[in-house]
Amino acid sequence: MLEIKGLAVKLEEEDKQILKGVDLTVDAGSVHAIMGPNGSGKSTLSYVLAGRGGYAVTEGSATLGGVDLLDMDVEARAAAGLFLAFQYPVEIPGVSNMVFLRTAVNAQRKSRGEPEMSAGDFLKAIRARAKELQIDADMLKRPVNVGFSGGEKKRNEILQMAMLEPKMCILDETDSGLDVDAMKLVSDGVNALRDAGRGFLVITHYQRLLDHIRPDVVHIMADGRIVKSGGPELALDVEQNGYADILAEVA
Amino acid sequence: MAAPQAKPDAMELRLAALEMPGGAPWALAARRDALARLRQTGLPGKRDEYWRYTDPSSLTQASAPRAAIFKPEDEVPLFRDIDRLKVVFVDGVFSAEKSDDLAMAGIEIECLSGALSRDIHWARELYGQREAAGQDPVARPLAALNTAFASDGIVIRAVAKAAKPVALIYLHRDETSDAILHHLVRVEPGAELTVLEVGPAAARINKCMEVDVAEGGAFHHVRAQGRDHERRAVTHVFARVGAEALYKSFTTTANGVMTRNEHVIDIVGDHATAHVAGCALGDGATGAFHHDDTVFITHDAVGCESRQVFKKVLRNGAEGVFQGKILVKVGAQKTDGYQISQSLLLDDDSSFQAKPELEIYADDVICSHGSTTGAIDETALFYLRSRGVPTEVATDLLVLAFLAEAIEEIADAALREDIAARLEEWLARRRQG
Repeated sequence: MLEIKGLAVKLEEEDKQILKGVDLTVDAGSVHAIMGPNGSGKSTLSYVLAGRGGYAVTEGSATLGGVDLLDMDVEARAAAGLFLAFQYPVEIPGVSNMVFLRTAVNAQRKSRGEPEMSAGDFLKAIRARAKELQIDADMLKRPVNVGFSGGEKKRNEILQMAMLEPKMCILDETDSGLDVDAMKLVSDGVNALRDAGRGFLVITHYQRLLDHIRPDVVHIMADGRIVKSGGPELALDVEQNGYADILAEVA
Repeated sequence: MAAPQAKPDAMELRLAALEMPGGAPWALAARRDALARLRQTGLPGKRDEYWRYTDPSSLTQASAPRAAIFKPEDEVPLFRDIDRLKVVFVDGVFSAEKSDDLAMAGIEIECLSGALSRDIHWARELYGQREAAGQDPVARPLAALNTAFASDGIVIRAVAKAAKPVALIYLHRDETSDAILHHLVRVEPGAELTVLEVGPAAARINKCMEVDVAEGGAFHHVRAQGRDHERRAVTHVFARVGAEALYKSFTTTANGVMTRNEHVIDIVGDHATAHVAGCALGDGATGAFHHDDTVFITHDAVGCESRQVFKKVLRNGAEGVFQGKILVKVGAQKTDGYQISQSLLLDDDSSFQAKPELEIYADDVICSHGSTTGAIDETALFYLRSRGVPTEVATDLLVLAFLAEAIEEIADAALREDIAARLEEWLARRRQG
């Protein structure tokens, strides 16, 4: 599904190397988690894959279903099936959540040559999914993320994911700022989307989220590289002993 | 030896091209007074402080510069689905044939020439009077010129709630037409009226509207200036707003090589509300664009609210200007004045100049003003694109979001949607092209 080979990235503005050769393959149907200390490059990896400006790829490749991601526009990556749940979802005053999502869903369908979703079908689908995530009708009408609490913003990200039905979902610290109940709700939303045809890459600082979203593979990232990979037990190890031992071991 | 010929000045050249229409003695007196005001101030020139950001020469020159007629193709006319009384002007001349019968429940309506030819008429207390009052403290010579020489217009008196909006439809058929229109509106106590305006009117239009909203009356004004790229317009609205009355005016402008819209509002009765708003969209790639909103609101009563909300979207060298003033007179306590002027510059070639002013002589008031110039928010754009919304569509969504606060000023939902749809279409056309 997602194949990253030797990906090296620096900041465009300053000569600072952030990623120093990342190798990672996420197969369809599997959930991978990336953990790692602050500044290890986890969020940068998610932004580079989604196509955010400000980064320069100096080496390596990233493909989705065999197609070169790095060469595509941001919107084309989304249409190809990539979805990034933001660590800090953006507030957009003046654009209603509903209009935004409908525009996004239909734009993706159009670019894939599929028929647009009718207003009625869209409404039915979004209502059903919003209900599962306990998002009320008022939140759908309000401007995108404006005045939403931290938990509401994250639930809104998962709602978008559910409506867009991407092939590859990247969750960038979706657990940050969530209380226990909200984390459960968000995790349930993610788990409901787990599917043999869909891959997940979950970026997190804490094992806690991985109790809810059970990963198949856990990677530890440090200083712009993936330094260790293993099963779910690796996350428990981090939780109990911190990163120091692992980093010392691979140094 | 022949004496050197004096260079005829711009004023004489302009006046030579004009003819003062006839009418009742009071109307002629009002016109002559206006001409005297004009002679006293002279025409605006580039050096006038009030015209610092807008070159008035094409508005003051003797004849109208040519303006090609805009062809709307298969586009649905604005306000078409709104039940309305149609009043049609072709190149500034009233067309009885194209208009509905001038009769409607709740209002008295007739042509300016009719009203100005009779000896007893309520219009006598309005024609040129608001305009004259609006010459102080800032001269508005083109409005005085209008009063002196206006050749047509509509005169409306609302005595109750008007059955439906009056729509003034301005058709442009002659590439060199030069029109001067003057409208009068009086809203009697407790009455309610909506006036819609749509179209370019002429190659060059000088339009003046004097509005008097009496105690407890409500006046709604929604206008869309024509999309003819080369058309020129100078408009003045002079309004007096009485106690507990409501005055709301919204203007949308897309295209037009030169537009100067002045709004002069005097709030004279306690607990009155006056809102004036506008959206201007200009794209230099399809023709030069210069748009100037100049507003002067005077609070001379207690507990009144005024709002000025002006938004401009400019690209490819389009120019925007905003001059807005709130004057709070002595004793106008509990005034709530708000003014915002913002521009969204879609490239580095476009420009926006803003001159916000507050002058306050009362100590218990809330007045705020703000002006911003900015580009599309890159973070918001990335977020929308990351969900698969193409860049151009995402940009339009953000542009419409930027305009929303001004559009919200239109009270009627159907009119609001009509205007929003028109702005969306304008953006979408540029996307395809």
